[in-house]
Amino acid sequence: MPRIAIQAKGLVKWFGEGEARTAALKKVDLEAYFGEMVYIVGPSGSGKTTLLSVLSGILKPNEGSVEVEDVDIWRLDADSLADFRLAKIGFVFQDFHLFPRLTTAENAAIPLILKEKDWDESIREAAGYLEIVGLKGRAGIPPVKLSGGEQQRVAIARAMISKPDILIMDEPTASLDGDTGNAILSFVRKNVLDENRCVVVVTHDSRIYEFATRILQMEDGRLTPTTEKSAK
Amino acid sequence: MKGTLKLAFKLLVNDTAKFTALLMGITFAVFLMMFVTSMFVGVLNHASATVINIGSTIWVMDPAVQTVANTVGMPDYVLDAVRSMQGVKYAVPLYSGGGLAKLSDGSYQSVSIIGLDDTSLLGRPELVEGKIEDIYAQSGFIAVRDAEFSKLGNPHIGSEFELNDNRGVIVGIAKVNTSGLYGTPTLYTTYERAAQYLPNPRYTISYVLVEPKSLSDVQRIKQQVQALGYLALTKEEFMQRTADFFVYKTGGGTNMLIMVLISFTVGLSISGQTFYTFILENLERFGALKAIGARSRDLVAMILFQATFASFTGYGLGVGLSVLSIWLARARLPSYAAMLSFGNLAIGFVMVAIIAGISSYVGIRRVLRIDPFEIFRG
Repeated sequence: MPRIAIQAKGLVKWFGEGEARTAALKKVDLEAYFGEMVYIVGPSGSGKTTLLSVLSGILKPNEGSVEVEDVDIWRLDADSLADFRLAKIGFVFQDFHLFPRLTTAENAAIPLILKEKDWDESIREAAGYLEIVGLKGRAGIPPVKLSGGEQQRVAIARAMISKPDILIMDEPTASLDGDTGNAILSFVRKNVLDENRCVVVVTHDSRIYEFATRILQMEDGRLTPTTEKSAK
Repeated sequence: MKGTLKLAFKLLVNDTAKFTALLMGITFAVFLMMFVTSMFVGVLNHASATVINIGSTIWVMDPAVQTVANTVGMPDYVLDAVRSMQGVKYAVPLYSGGGLAKLSDGSYQSVSIIGLDDTSLLGRPELVEGKIEDIYAQSGFIAVRDAEFSKLGNPHIGSEFELNDNRGVIVGIAKVNTSGLYGTPTLYTTYERAAQYLPNPRYTISYVLVEPKSLSDVQRIKQQVQALGYLALTKEEFMQRTADFFVYKTGGGTNMLIMVLISFTVGLSISGQTFYTFILENLERFGALKAIGARSRDLVAMILFQATFASFTGYGLGVGLSVLSIWLARARLPSYAAMLSFGNLAIGFVMVAIIAGISSYVGIRRVLRIDPFEIFRG
C-alpha cells in the first residue's frame, strides 16, 4: 500500500469579492502518494496553479485542508509553514527565478543557506548536485550564461539540495524547447523520483505527459477522474 | 558572516552598476555634508582664534561683546575690582585691537594687535625665533608666523615697520594654535605699548584675563563680575558665544543648515531610488525565496544589511574624500578654514543612518508585500 504524501480535502478557493468573486477551486479532493509523479493538467484558467499553490503551502484556501505527511499545513503559523516548506518541499518555478548576480552553485545552495548551513559547505554540496543534474564544471558561472535547459537544471538542483519529500514543478517546460523539456522531465523521472518522494507537476504541455505516473485533469476548478499511466 | 547576510552582500556588490551608483550617491551626499559643516566649524574655530591662543581660564568683558574680535573697552577700575574678588588667583589686562602698519616697502597692511600684560605676559605665544624678553625692548613686537605672515613681507628679527607713525621692530617670530578669521597678520606686544601706539579710545582694557584659585571658584567669580555690571565667561563659553553669533546672527547657520538639507536630499533621492530599483529588479526572486521557505525576518535582515552596508561604506568614503579635500586645500592654503569635528562626523552619521533607514523601509515594505503566489502565476 503506497504511503500518502499529500492529502487535500474539500479545497475551495476564490478570488475577489461580491460580483467580482471568481471561484478557482470548487471542492477539490486529492491524494498524492510517495513514488508518484502526478501531473495536474488542463487549460489555462482551470485552477491548476491555484491548486499547486494551495498544496505547497503558498496560498491559503478559503475552505478545506491540506495534509502533507500527516501535517495539516494550513494550521501552522507563518514561520512554521515557511520552515515546513524549506524542509519538506522543493520548488521548480516556470521562469526558474535564479539570481543572475550569483553563481549557479550559489543559486543551487540557497535552501541550505536559508537553513543556516555553513556557506562553503553549502556551495560544495551544491556543486555536487550540479554534477548530478549534468552541469559539471558550471558551478562558478552565473546562470545567465547558461541555456534555458541548463538553467532549469540549476533550478532542479536548487529544489533537490534540501532533499525534500515533495517536489513541486510549475510548468517546467514552458520556457524550454520540446527536446530540452523531454530531457528535463526524463531526468526527473529517472533520477529524482523514488519511493520516498512525490513529484507534482502542473503543465499543459502534452509532449511530456508520457513521464507521468498519474494524470489529473483540471477543469473549471474541479478535478476530473484520474488517468493512470504505466511506469516509464 | 551569517549565510543569508553573505547572500545579501553578494546580491548587492555583484550588481556592480547599482552598487556603484548607490555608493556614489551616498559618498557625494556625505562629502557635501562633511565639507559644508567642516568649513563652518573651521570658520567658527578661526573666529575664536584669540581665545584659543591666549588660553585664559576666565575672560571678563563688557556684556555688549559678541565676538572676541569686537571689543568694548573697560575702565581700569574693572581690573582692580576683579583682582579684589574672592576666588581670583590673579587677573591681568589684555589689549585686543587693530591698526594699519606701514611696511618697509612703503605699503600699508592691516594688522591685529594683541597687547599682553607687561608684568606677566600672560597668553604669550610660543616663540620659534627670538627671546620673549625682547618684547620689552624699545618698539618690540612679535610677529605670528601663520597663513597671513607673508602679508607683513615675511619679516625677520630686526625688520622694521611703522604703526601710527611709531616705529616697530620685530624681535621674535611666534607660532600659534589657530590663525585668525579675518585675514590680517597678528602682532604681539606689551599692553602698555599697544595702548600707546594705537589710537586711544576712552578705555583701553579689552579684556581682563582671570585665573581662579580653583575651578570651584569660577561660578563665584562670574557672579561677582556680573554684580559689577560686566560679563565673565570661561574660555569654552566665550568660544560658544562667538560661535553663536556667527550661527544665529549672521545667517551662516541657516546657510549651513540649508546646504546640509540639500546634501541629505540629494543623497536620499539617489540612494533611495537606486536601492528601490535594486529591490524591484529582484522582487520576483525575493518572492521565490519566500516560496522556498525564507522567513520574513530573513528577508528583512537581508535588506537592512544591504542598505546599511551601502550607506556606511558610502559614509566612510565620503568622510575619506572630505579629509583628502581638506588636506589638499590646506597644502595650498595654510589658513584654509575647514576642520572635521566629532560633531560634524556625528551629523553625517545620523543623516546616513536616516538614508539607510528610509531606503530599507521602502524596500522591506515592497518585499514583505509580495505574495509568493504571484511567482507561480508568473
